[in-house]
Amino acid sequence: MSKSNPNAPKRLALISSKGTLDWAYPPFILASAAGAMGWEVGIFFTFYGLTLLKPELTAAVSPLGNPAMPMKMPFGPEGFQNINWTMPNLLMANVPGFESLATNLMKQTFHNKGVATIEELRDACLDLDVRLIGCQMTMDVFGFKKSDFIPQAEIGGAATFLEFAADADVQLFI
Amino acid sequence: MNDIELIKEDVLLDCSGLLCPMPIVKTTKAIKELQSGQILKMIATDAGSPPDIAAWSRQTGNELLLSTTENEKFVFFLKKA
Repeated sequence: MSKSNPNAPKRLALISSKGTLDWAYPPFILASAAGAMGWEVGIFFTFYGLTLLKPELTAAVSPLGNPAMPMKMPFGPEGFQNINWTMPNLLMANVPGFESLATNLMKQTFHNKGVATIEELRDACLDLDVRLIGCQMTMDVFGFKKSDFIPQAEIGGAATFLEFAADADVQLFI
Repeated sequence: MNDIELIKEDVLLDCSGLLCPMPIVKTTKAIKELQSGQILKMIATDAGSPPDIAAWSRQTGNELLLSTTENEKFVFFLKKA
């Protein structure tokens, strides 16, 4: 480990590669927490993570790829709310409207428990000077322009991330 | 006399009902407004906040004077470095 500046603050380098609601939380939670602790933080948004740089966040919950995803009901008596409803994902993924149902249930449950929204966490990251970097290559592939993203977003490629990550104390791929 | 009655805070921040990471995010914001040596009292209900505030204190250098509970809530006294 050779940090160019031994007196520099700790640094967190994250790659955010998934755009669903459940996968949008970890990078923004870790980034805002590290920013709050005075760390330098950069998140590199690539592939489906890029959508988290859009001004309007539309992250949803997908039952696909979430085997046996437990779901909680955000209403009713406490015993009912505490039940884990295991969703047979291949079956439910084919039910029209299930994705929006699952998304709304997760948002409502998170709200009831006091979890911040993705928007609030992203705003906290911006307040704490977290660098949000969009991957140029995936932007080209998916047809995104810099103007599709919030103005604070930077654009860069693999070398941009690697240079930042080389001096990081913690690097995570999410 | 209880420890909690010996410390007088300059600013009170209530993070009741908020979950991780908002208590430390709001604590950071509040402590930025203080002068060095001033004391922030933070109240939280997040069960993860006692270890998180201790870690935040170690990482930022703002001293955790007291971590306790009051009226079934977690209470922290933090002194700005």
